[in-house]
Amino acid sequence: MLVPVSWLKDYVDIDIPVELLAERLTVAGLEVAHIRYIGLPQEPAPGVLMPRSEHLVWDREKLLLGRIVEVKSHPQADRLVLAMVDYGAPELEQCVTGATNLFGYKDQGEITPPIWSAFAMEGARVWDGHSAKPRQMTLKGKELRGIFNKSMVCSEKELGISDEHEGVIVMDHDERYVAGAPLADVLGDVVLDIELTPNLARCFSMIGVAREIAAILDGDMRYPSFDFVAEGPAIEGQVAIEIREPELNPRFTLTLLRDTRVKPSPFWMQRRLKLIGQRPRNNIVDVTNYITFELGQPLHAFDYDKLVERAGGAPTIITRLPDAGEDLKTLDDVRRDLGAETILVADTAGALSLGGVIGGGETEISEATRNVLVEAASWNNIGIRKTIKEQRVHTEASARFSRGVHPSQALLGCKRGIELMRRLGGGQAAQGLLDDYPLPPPTVTVELPVARVKRLLGMDVSLEQAADVLRRLEFDVTTDGDMLRATAPDHRLDISADPAVGQADLLEEIARIIGYDQIPETIMADEMPPQRENTAVFIEERIRDILVGQGLYEVISYRFTSRESEARLAPDGAPSPLPDAEYIEIANPAASERNVLRQTLMSNMLESAVNNARYQSSQRLFEVGKVYLGRGDLLPDEPLRLGILLTGARGRTWWQEGAIESDMDFYDMKGIVENMLAGLHIEDYRLERGTHGSYHPGRSAGLYIGRERIGAFGEIHPQVAARFKLTEAKVIYGELQVAPLIQRHQRLHTITPLPTTPAVLEDIALIVSADLPAGEVEAVIRQAGGRLLRDVTLFDVYSGDPIPAGKKSLAYSLTYQDENCTLTDKNAAKIRRKIIGAARHRLQAELRS
Amino acid sequence: MNYSIDELREGALKALENISANDALANWRSQYLGRRGALGKLFGTIGRLPQAQRAGFGQQVNALQQELDAAYAQREQLIQSQLLARDLEEGEIDISLPARPQGRGGLHPSTRTHREFQTIWADMGFQVYHSRDVEADEFNFTLLNLPPHHPARDMQDTFYTTNSNVLLRTHTSPGQIRAMREFGAGGTKPIRVILPGMCYRQEQVTARSEIQFTQVEGLAIGRNIRMSDLKGTIAEFARRMYKPKAKVRFRASYFPFTEPSMEVDVECFLCGGAGCRVCKYTGWLEIAGSGMVHPTVLRNGGYDPSVWSGFAFGMGPERITMLKHGIQDIRYFWGNDLRFLQQF
Ligand SMILES: [Zn+2]
Repeated sequence: MLVPVSWLKDYVDIDIPVELLAERLTVAGLEVAHIRYIGLPQEPAPGVLMPRSEHLVWDREKLLLGRIVEVKSHPQADRLVLAMVDYGAPELEQCVTGATNLFGYKDQGEITPPIWSAFAMEGARVWDGHSAKPRQMTLKGKELRGIFNKSMVCSEKELGISDEHEGVIVMDHDERYVAGAPLADVLGDVVLDIELTPNLARCFSMIGVAREIAAILDGDMRYPSFDFVAEGPAIEGQVAIEIREPELNPRFTLTLLRDTRVKPSPFWMQRRLKLIGQRPRNNIVDVTNYITFELGQPLHAFDYDKLVERAGGAPTIITRLPDAGEDLKTLDDVRRDLGAETILVADTAGALSLGGVIGGGETEISEATRNVLVEAASWNNIGIRKTIKEQRVHTEASARFSRGVHPSQALLGCKRGIELMRRLGGGQAAQGLLDDYPLPPPTVTVELPVARVKRLLGMDVSLEQAADVLRRLEFDVTTDGDMLRATAPDHRLDISADPAVGQADLLEEIARIIGYDQIPETIMADEMPPQRENTAVFIEERIRDILVGQGLYEVISYRFTSRESEARLAPDGAPSPLPDAEYIEIANPAASERNVLRQTLMSNMLESAVNNARYQSSQRLFEVGKVYLGRGDLLPDEPLRLGILLTGARGRTWWQEGAIESDMDFYDMKGIVENMLAGLHIEDYRLERGTHGSYHPGRSAGLYIGRERIGAFGEIHPQVAARFKLTEAKVIYGELQVAPLIQRHQRLHTITPLPTTPAVLEDIALIVSADLPAGEVEAVIRQAGGRLLRDVTLFDVYSGDPIPAGKKSLAYSLTYQDENCTLTDKNAAKIRRKIIGAARHRLQAELRS
Repeated sequence: MNYSIDELREGALKALENISANDALANWRSQYLGRRGALGKLFGTIGRLPQAQRAGFGQQVNALQQELDAAYAQREQLIQSQLLARDLEEGEIDISLPARPQGRGGLHPSTRTHREFQTIWADMGFQVYHSRDVEADEFNFTLLNLPPHHPARDMQDTFYTTNSNVLLRTHTSPGQIRAMREFGAGGTKPIRVILPGMCYRQEQVTARSEIQFTQVEGLAIGRNIRMSDLKGTIAEFARRMYKPKAKVRFRASYFPFTEPSMEVDVECFLCGGAGCRVCKYTGWLEIAGSGMVHPTVLRNGGYDPSVWSGFAFGMGPERITMLKHGIQDIRYFWGNDLRFLQQF
């Protein structure tokens, strides 16, 4: 919300620099997001930093208040005139100008009353009115079509007030200023842009902000008068009110102004509306806007004669819910179908406006309007929110009513509005006003022991201090011993009647106004809760560390995907490899390719691999993240998964010959997975040939720990890889459940003592059937070797000449060692014989000589 | 014979002087000092000398042997040092050639920031509690003092699921209720937890906003928790996370689930509070939203607000990571581009 400081000063004295005021407001919860300067210099307060403003600062000597007393024609140019300006000097100054709004005065003699405007002397800095881009210039004397000119009368654009450059500024005469006064004193201003949080509904107006300032600065509020001059006949009989839904419309007030004139508002009103970003229209509509911003109470004005015409007599204003199929054409020229929950202002002939949101077109104020009916009503904020949502319409009125406006404000708005309209447009206000108030909100009084203030804030606050703060905020406060009783003022709806919540509401006000900076910083003295071991978190992080240690990069993908994207993971004719669970589907997705939550990490990680493949010859990625498995009406299961992806070269290009290695394959993945299991001290795992459809059936494995299958890894099925356009290099992927890893990790494991006896090393090569898995051979060797066989390392797999067809040679280096004594050659030979014997017997292996 | 000894000495020493390689040195040694070398032969002749000359000759030969041994040792040392010098000189490589690639690997920057957070909070007794991503409307909003149609619901653009009461959490705060109900033992036990996790907002994805982001929420509940504790605890965190003795500012704000509520600003760690583009020339960076747990939320967690109180706070690790590393585009975080990830 834009808040001109000059406007605030109508209601409260501000004796600190605006920059400091902005800081105080921000710290008190009214965040000043931006400060706009008009003509005045920026003067940062000590210790308060802010961006430097690039605005035009008005020279107090050279930019002055001037009176145009006569306009003469230019002897040589039709489109220029000579304005004779009194700026306090003994002589009038002649300014050559093309301002069209002065042409009407050309050669009419002395203008009475004179036109008050902004006058710039030679040497003044102004914005270049003719430049499309913002550009400042210094006024210099020069000839304009034969007449020397060194000064000018300014447009709003030239002063940086607005983009308006059609004519010169025309002001009202303000008795406080004489010709020659510095313009900065007259039109200089500072506009604060305040961002209001939803709890600050009461501050959604100039008076609302001024009240906060009065409380913060401990100043006094000056409220405008809410009296109105009523010289017309009594309002009774001219109009009536009927409220049918008090819950939605707790109060409705009406006043009537007859024989007024609809015309442009005076300069001061237009200026204020423009400063807050509103477009002036006419005096009646401008007053409804002005009151909305001044008081926070939106008003609505009807053309009374049109209502009479519709009703065929004195109208009755009815607030009600729509009839089925009812519609209304609103001021914005939209014909709206009215849903069941939209509260309407209507008459006996039908709907007139969406209550509290937007008026109807038929009864709006026009230039021909003479009699104006002014509405100030209260609307239930939730009802208004429903209307906004249904009708998708946002207005200054709906912005306020949807946050909540206290019904007490309706009466004030009605009175203030009718009086302002009467002053600006003339006419007679009807005596009295109609005020239907079926549902006043309860008065809220909160009891707060001052000990509780100290206890919860951790700061010493006296009863007097707390009472004073609340009184500054217009609470009605009484005290009784330690107890403070505060009754909320009638502009606030945010103080709760619930005792505990009401206390919190007051505490916030006390802390905020005293200043959060006054509260000390303390260390919690409260009892420390029991500290629990958090294995799940610990192991999850351990897994990350192990993988990073193996040269993998962690990625984090979107948890969103689409069914179609994950469906690509099943090759043609293969059953879906995905869990048998429903998808969690997003009702309002950001994009159609992100309309469900993922059931696997695979699809998104393959996407990441595709994107990276443009820049990377090698990728080693992992992700630890949730997948989402629907469970009907229950909230979904959200198990944690580990995804690992390898693709491309094992090494990177290097300058030494032979350094470029081959592409990563199944065995790289197997190594990474086994290292991870070793790091977690999980030993009872095994691999089984894969049955997961997304992988190459011959180059993938299922990983089992105990009897539980915890995932699979291997080369991505060529068809799946092709669908993801990953055809450059093989993609090796693995996905494991994390919970079993957490559950099965060995928290305590015992180490083997370091042997002090020498080891005996020897190699053996076995010729076995080509299709015998190497794992079985190793298992037989280990079993036969027993305790003394310390290590088995396969160092060569060979087939081809001289190995017979259908056979392969597996060469192992074996380490024998007895930790208790030195093994003799005889012992070693015995173990060797056992191994060879077992291999012959159980594997039909031959020893390769 | 004297002549012979002198001749031998002269010849041997002269030959030795010209030797600059190990193998030549070994040859010289066997030629003169070996068992069958020249000196050996001289020793062999001793027996054949007349008795009277034997002792004198023997001394001379012994002296020669000592002399040649010493000369040999000296030469050997010289050659070794020459060889070493040559080796050091000739063994030079081009240290500017590119390194042999070593796999490095790295944690995601978001994980790194989360770990920093968790370490600091763990030191203050806050333990990690993981809550769910897909939430009931009731937990994400209603129990947090955001009943249906509450104006503050507008502050959050929510992803709803096709099940009308189920949504993607818009903040980690629903975990507050779950933690209170799980660990509070019916509102009888104090709590200190942090709740890290992914949150979701239905927004336009731009350089500044994402549809998913991580948050870290903190919650402390006790019989004597004060607003001054909230200030002290968060200031302590900020000073450990950013800069010792950094100034911390607390501003009144609004969150439906806390009252009083406040935003926490820390002195800009990029400009030291002097004002820069990143802190928009204010000298402050917003790092957390926080406040005293709202009485309604305490009640919904099972606690009696007239006895128990607490504070809560929420922080955005991505934003902090962006500030720390000058990351201009939030989309980098879930883009999984290795060119980004390799920079951490
Ligand atoms: Zn800065």
